[in-house]
Amino acid sequence: MTETFGLSPALAPPMANGELLFEAPWQARVFGMARALSEQGLYTWDEFREALIAAIARWESSHRDTGEYAYYDCFVEALETLLVRRGALESDAVSVRHGEIEARPHGHDHHHEH
Amino acid sequence: MSDESHQSIRTEAIESLLMERGLLKDGVVDSVIERFNERVGPMNGARVVARAWTDGEFKRALLNDGTAAIEPFKLEGGQVEKLVVVENTPAVHNVVVCTLCSCYPWALLGLPPKWYKSPEYRSRVVREPRKVLGDFGVTLDDDVTVKVWDSSAEIRYLVLPEQPAGSKGLDEEALAGLVTRDSMIGVARLT
Repeated sequence: MTETFGLSPALAPPMANGELLFEAPWQARVFGMARALSEQGLYTWDEFREALIAAIARWESSHRDTGEYAYYDCFVEALETLLVRRGALESDAVSVRHGEIEARPHGHDHHHEH
Repeated sequence: MSDESHQSIRTEAIESLLMERGLLKDGVVDSVIERFNERVGPMNGARVVARAWTDGEFKRALLNDGTAAIEPFKLEGGQVEKLVVVENTPAVHNVVVCTLCSCYPWALLGLPPKWYKSPEYRSRVVREPRKVLGDFGVTLDDDVTVKVWDSSAEIRYLVLPEQPAGSKGLDEEALAGLVTRDSMIGVARLT
């Protein structure tokens, strides 16, 4: 059950858990957002859990035999679903912004340009 | 475009929208990540286990009402609204799963390892627990009862592993250093 992440010890984050908590920065961001918003009361963690269970069930029925399990993909989907349901985001807001970010000039990494 | 960079951009899109709309303040996400990276992890569960090994009264209280017993530890991380602690003995081996998603006692163990979240573990450990335990290197005699506990929104489980032979007399801190994450999920035994 040991996994290699191709990181030198100097680059590896703290591993108090015995393995990396997150395999990519975006996984940490989406976890942090989901948790922070529930702590702020936008939804309860149980509501997030319900959305996550639904996203996992969808993933498992559509990827039954393909590829590696993408747990944090389900996390992104659950968060997006819940934010739209709560009226915090319009249903197309993320896709629109996604397109804008992709259209940025190469090397542009400023997150909040508006 | 790879799925990875797709998800990375999607996450950035969500975060930038939430920031603009004032739903997330600067630094809040960073502080959650830092908390889970540095202060919420299996070392907290290990302290609870070590206390149970050295203090019989605490152990009885822990097995009787886990939630109340860990209250004095003032643990961060949440996800233990109702904690049930199950004790491994020579006759009974307990193992924990969340069949639907990834429920886990964060305050005691941090975030779950990757395998705990995998569809394979979630389905197999219920169907063939002895075989799965064997894959983790735990072989149990036939007369040992295996109990599989399925976590839920309401209940989180912690396995109280058997104290390793030869560790009697060590103080609580030294004992905590012997307790592994996997032993508290029930997929390892301490030797």
